Amino acid sequence: MSEIFDILLTASFWAATIRIASPLIFATLGELICERAGVLNLGIEGIMVIGAFTGWVAVYMGAPLWWGVMAAMLAGMAFGLLHATLTVPFGLSQHVVGLGVTLLATSTSYFTYRLMLPQVTSPPKIEPFQPLPIPGLSDIPLLGEALFSQTALTYAAFVLALVVALVLYRTPLGLALRAVGENPAAAAAQGLSVTGLRMGAVIVGSGLMAVGGSFLTLSAFSSFFFEMVNGRGWICIALVVFGAWRPGKAVLGAILFAAFDALQVRLQQTGIGAIVPYQVFLMLPFILSILALVIMSRRAEVPAALMQPFNKGER
Amino acid sequence: MRLEPIANPGLARRIGLPVLALAMTVVCGSLLALTAGADPFDTLRLIVVGAVGSKFALLETLNRATPLIFTGLAVAVAFRARLWNIGAEAQLYAGAIITVLIGTGATGLPPLPLLVVTGLAAMFAGAAILMPPVLLKTRLGVDEVVTTLLLNFIMMLFVSYLLEGPLKDPAGMGWPKSPALAKEARLPRIVDGLRLHWGFALAILSAIAVWVIQTRTTLGYEIRAVGLNAKAAKFAGIPVNGVLVKTALLSGGLAALAGYSEVAGLKGHLSLDLSPGFGYTGIIVAMLALLNPLGVIPSAIFVAGIFVGANSMSRAANVPTYIADMLLAIALLFMVLAILLTRYRVKRG
Repeated sequence: MSEIFDILLTASFWAATIRIASPLIFATLGELICERAGVLNLGIEGIMVIGAFTGWVAVYMGAPLWWGVMAAMLAGMAFGLLHATLTVPFGLSQHVVGLGVTLLATSTSYFTYRLMLPQVTSPPKIEPFQPLPIPGLSDIPLLGEALFSQTALTYAAFVLALVVALVLYRTPLGLALRAVGENPAAAAAQGLSVTGLRMGAVIVGSGLMAVGGSFLTLSAFSSFFFEMVNGRGWICIALVVFGAWRPGKAVLGAILFAAFDALQVRLQQTGIGAIVPYQVFLMLPFILSILALVIMSRRAEVPAALMQPFNKGER
Repeated sequence: MRLEPIANPGLARRIGLPVLALAMTVVCGSLLALTAGADPFDTLRLIVVGAVGSKFALLETLNRATPLIFTGLAVAVAFRARLWNIGAEAQLYAGAIITVLIGTGATGLPPLPLLVVTGLAAMFAGAAILMPPVLLKTRLGVDEVVTTLLLNFIMMLFVSYLLEGPLKDPAGMGWPKSPALAKEARLPRIVDGLRLHWGFALAILSAIAVWVIQTRTTLGYEIRAVGLNAKAAKFAGIPVNGVLVKTALLSGGLAALAGYSEVAGLKGHLSLDLSPGFGYTGIIVAMLALLNPLGVIPSAIFVAGIFVGANSMSRAANVPTYIADMLLAIALLFMVLAILLTRYRVKRG
């Protein structure tokens, strides 16, 4: 046990936690927006891959880092448009379309990568976002390194959470979005465009998921490789449930989750790691996600119209 | 725009639209070949020749189709009841693990009983792996899509642990694979000297069996009723949760047979690359087959052909093999759209 406490007291552990949480925060907020409007977006895993890839390609070809982020967002929005078109006006199965979008986005990234670099075994690196210590605040012991010596993209993740919360709860747009996710028939009767709002939510949400993916290449790993998203998208879907569809709780969930992830990496190097096979540690995020789903299933906070297509002609 | 149900879709609509969906996929494939700097017609020809152009290619395609028939059936059965089983990959590996456990041990059984026992045990394991997500769904209302998906990752890590620990082949030169199956635990070839094995025949038989269950039994009727409208089914006195559990047992068992037939029929041992995503590809197979169990057979052969053909084309035309995954994703999306448009008409306003 003392080993765990030693780890919890290091600044590098908390800095890693915030770093690991950043892409999850972007993608979880993106998924949350989709689900709040009533659409389950299982394209998230693939959209994160296309974001990671597009962001990296743009920068690799010479674009500034922020343009890379923008490029990733646009690519994510394009796949969001595809998902939205098929699931909202056409009302196709959100499960099947989402998995199709994931497969399409993932294979498009891999296909394009192989077209660009046919024989390369070690992927070329780019110069990623550098840590940007905030003067004054970054000198606070423990907290300073953890929170205020991160890259700009991490700060953006937290600002975004604030913006999403404000828009959802303090603006007419947020009210309209929540209305189409709770009771689309009533929203339509109020003169709101259910189709338009849902499509917009999926497109914007998908853009954010892609930015989350681009964090991996532009801020964390500095190059693109296959399987790099590795289930993070699915975990974000669990995080949305864990956060009870609220941005603040979702961010806390992502941080808690990232803390476990950062902890397991460090535990592997301790006495515990010598006894327990490393695969058990790698399983933890997925087991935790399932547990989160189970614990939160008892609460009825799910948007009432989630996964229900809305067709003006019916009912 | 809005959708208006069509009371009686004509034959032209029901056949024409899926054909159009496949045609659109071919068009997209040609565009992809063009972006890769290859001649589209040549690329298409190379894929077809690589998939079915020779006896060797055809048998390779049928071999590749075998696990896809099983996983396609597993998905088709589950989706029919609106049970979204995305975990066929985990169930496949569960079947494979059992096959290795029994097949490498000294059981003393003669070949045929041994193969039957192993197959049944594999099915049991696959069904057991699907039970927790299904019980969480029926008891607590936890969405099974995410739980079955997450279980795939957990299962892959478990297999990785087994292959580096308890199931590691001491003679494997450090490579993470299991010891080889005993000779009597292997599914024999259908014709000596050719790679096609009895797993393929078992897959065809399974498809027929599932078709019989779906069209000729009460359970089949109940599965359809639950899938069409669970609330109405409950009102009509159908034990919805019980039907879902039975569906899951069938689905998990079928997916596990994919692992059984790959280990016992083809590879002869367990490794981490036993399945290049057969569980996920099964979803595409099932959707292309319109969830019809007999349709799964041609659908799986078609999908397998694209993979095998794209592999051989890739070497000749210098187009990345990932084109196969892209084509299948495109085919899937066009196909679900086509299915919808057979039942609805798009109206403005």
